[in-house]
Amino acid sequence: MTQRTRNWLLLAPAGTWFLVMLIVPLTVVLIYSFGERATAGGYSPAFTFEQYANLPARWAAFKNTMVLAPVGTLAALLIAYPVAYFLAVRVSPKWKTILLVLVIVPFWTSILIRSYAWIFLLGGRGIPALLEWIGIEGVRLINTPFSVLIGIIYGYLPLMVFPIYVNLERLDKRLLEASSDLGAKPWRTFIQITLPMSIPGIATGCMLVFILLMGEFLIPALLGGGKVFFVGNALVDLFLQSRNWPYGSAVAVTLVVVMLITVTIYMRLIKRLGAHREDVSLM
Amino acid sequence: MTDAGYIPESDQPSDTIIAELRSVSKHFGDVVAADNLNLSIRKGEFLSFLGPSGCGKTTALRMLAGFEAPTSGDVLLDSEVVNNLEAHRRPVNMVFQHYALFPHLTVEQNIGYGLRQQRPRLAKPVIAEKVRKTLELVRLDGFEKRRIWEMSGGQQQRVALARAIVNEPKLLLLDEPLAALDRKLRKEMQIELQNLQRSLGITFVLVTHDQEEALSMSDRICIMRDGRIVQIGSPRDLYDQPKNRYVAGFVGTSNFFDGKVSGTGRDHVSVTLAGGLILEGVAVGDIANGQDVCVSVRPEQIRLNRSPDKKEGFPVTVSNRIFLGEHTEYLVKHESLGEFLVLTPRQTELNDGPFNTGDTLLASWDPGAALILDRA
Ligand SMILES: Nc1ncnc2c1ncn2[C@@H]1O[C@H](COP(=O)(O)OP(=O)(O)O)[C@@H](O)[C@H]1O
Ligand SMILES: [Mg+2]
Repeated sequence: MTQRTRNWLLLAPAGTWFLVMLIVPLTVVLIYSFGERATAGGYSPAFTFEQYANLPARWAAFKNTMVLAPVGTLAALLIAYPVAYFLAVRVSPKWKTILLVLVIVPFWTSILIRSYAWIFLLGGRGIPALLEWIGIEGVRLINTPFSVLIGIIYGYLPLMVFPIYVNLERLDKRLLEASSDLGAKPWRTFIQITLPMSIPGIATGCMLVFILLMGEFLIPALLGGGKVFFVGNALVDLFLQSRNWPYGSAVAVTLVVVMLITVTIYMRLIKRLGAHREDVSLM
Repeated sequence: MTDAGYIPESDQPSDTIIAELRSVSKHFGDVVAADNLNLSIRKGEFLSFLGPSGCGKTTALRMLAGFEAPTSGDVLLDSEVVNNLEAHRRPVNMVFQHYALFPHLTVEQNIGYGLRQQRPRLAKPVIAEKVRKTLELVRLDGFEKRRIWEMSGGQQQRVALARAIVNEPKLLLLDEPLAALDRKLRKEMQIELQNLQRSLGITFVLVTHDQEEALSMSDRICIMRDGRIVQIGSPRDLYDQPKNRYVAGFVGTSNFFDGKVSGTGRDHVSVTLAGGLILEGVAVGDIANGQDVCVSVRPEQIRLNRSPDKKEGFPVTVSNRIFLGEHTEYLVKHESLGEFLVLTPRQTELNDGPFNTGDTLLASWDPGAALILDRA
């Protein structure tokens, strides 16, 4: 067997998977998006731009997604970084495992159940009741962008913590000593060494969370109460409820395009930030 | 890189004490990494900690740098106790064992790092000028914009050195700085380091497990064992007057013959070996009658002789011969003393040799060359 054939054989499973799971469905969706809704629902073949012309009707969903996904990613980063830093740099090895497990534990229950807990906490008899008790009245939390944001941050925090943790854990601690030895105060060491060296972890975490958030529908459905919906909710609605497959496809195609553009810009940015490293990896 | 000439010793190290360890101990849980260290470091000297891996050399260095606080005792810099002064406040710099260069910065940025931390701030041109001069000093000019991973091991070593000396520290600490280099490069860097130390006048404290490195570069060597200082002295003192067998074995090579003191005279001590043979020698330190000791004889102090008519010396057979150029090393065997090493200058061979494997010869040495040492 030549090296060449062997390479092809090794690539075959991944290639097949890529074709069947990604290229084929995307092509189907692309074709559907130019079609018409059959009278009984579903797809009937045609070639029309009508679905795309109707996109503005779903503007709110796009707006919510394009605002809450980046804001949620950023908020998750701001909370996750100190946690990851603490776990990787400060905690003694004895406690490290225990605390890491605590970060994973929420994953043992479905996000559905955990979101119900938040419905209670943010709902009328939860935190608002508590606030009322200390004299702050008329606070509404549930079914607002804020409650969706809380849910998003809560749900995606571990996904942000882990890449940053792994990155910081691998960081050569002697570099921090070297920096201190050369006269840098602790916070200067953080700014000049730790932070730049953890860019790959930050990049990976943000990418992961952002992409997944763009397709999120469960959290907005539960904590947004039909008032704050994402593109994901629009898709559920179009495909499963109103069975308008062509219009749903057009929305899906648009989402993919938006995602591709954002991710490309993001990659460029990271590459420039991390241009000094030979080992910048995003995933 | 090979043109490093020899810079003669300029000033003898002054008697000013720049740093001091006073009864310093360091415990890591049950491990005693440093045990009651007492040491004065003189301004401008080149001092080495020498000892096997795990004997506490790095720990001693890290307490001087400020990365570890002593469990008990005092660390002094410039006559001030600095036990709990953080590393970034000490006028001390370190060359780390694996260099610990910043991978996200260029060579130039690495070297300027310490200068950029100074408050009040140094002007940019001042920093640039100092960095340039230091790059020249370690002969890396032209490499300013390079990334660390684009540099060879030897070059990285010099970047690490430059990054430390550019700050003109009162004390430069070097933790096995040459350990990762190949033999040839190591030799060159030994000369370079020594020259640098003499031309800059900075006090160097070097940690190494390589006796040759310590012997060739240091003004004084501090021999360590199990967290303790065994002996401090110039390389010559340690070689000629080792305190015990451990030091004699660590500084240079020696032959050791174990026995018991059987007689103490005014100049000479007699030692009876296990086989009943009696050797004469000079005692280093206090030796009591009946004490377990060893007789240490350096290989180059032993003469080999072919002429069997002279009856002085021990009859030995040559069991191995290694030609070393200027010298030849013989492994010879005596029926009672066992095997031992002899280093013979080439001239002897021209007069009397060559001695071949299997030859029977006479081995002899002056009683003054045999040191009676504590067996510890
Ligand atoms: N941070 C630490 N925690 C626990 N033990 C340590 C630590 N640092 C050093 N030691 C122990 O202290 C002893 C001396 O170590 P070290 O100073 O690194 O020796 P050397 O540099 O001579 O090889 C060793 O037994 C080592 O395992
Ligand atoms: Mg060490």
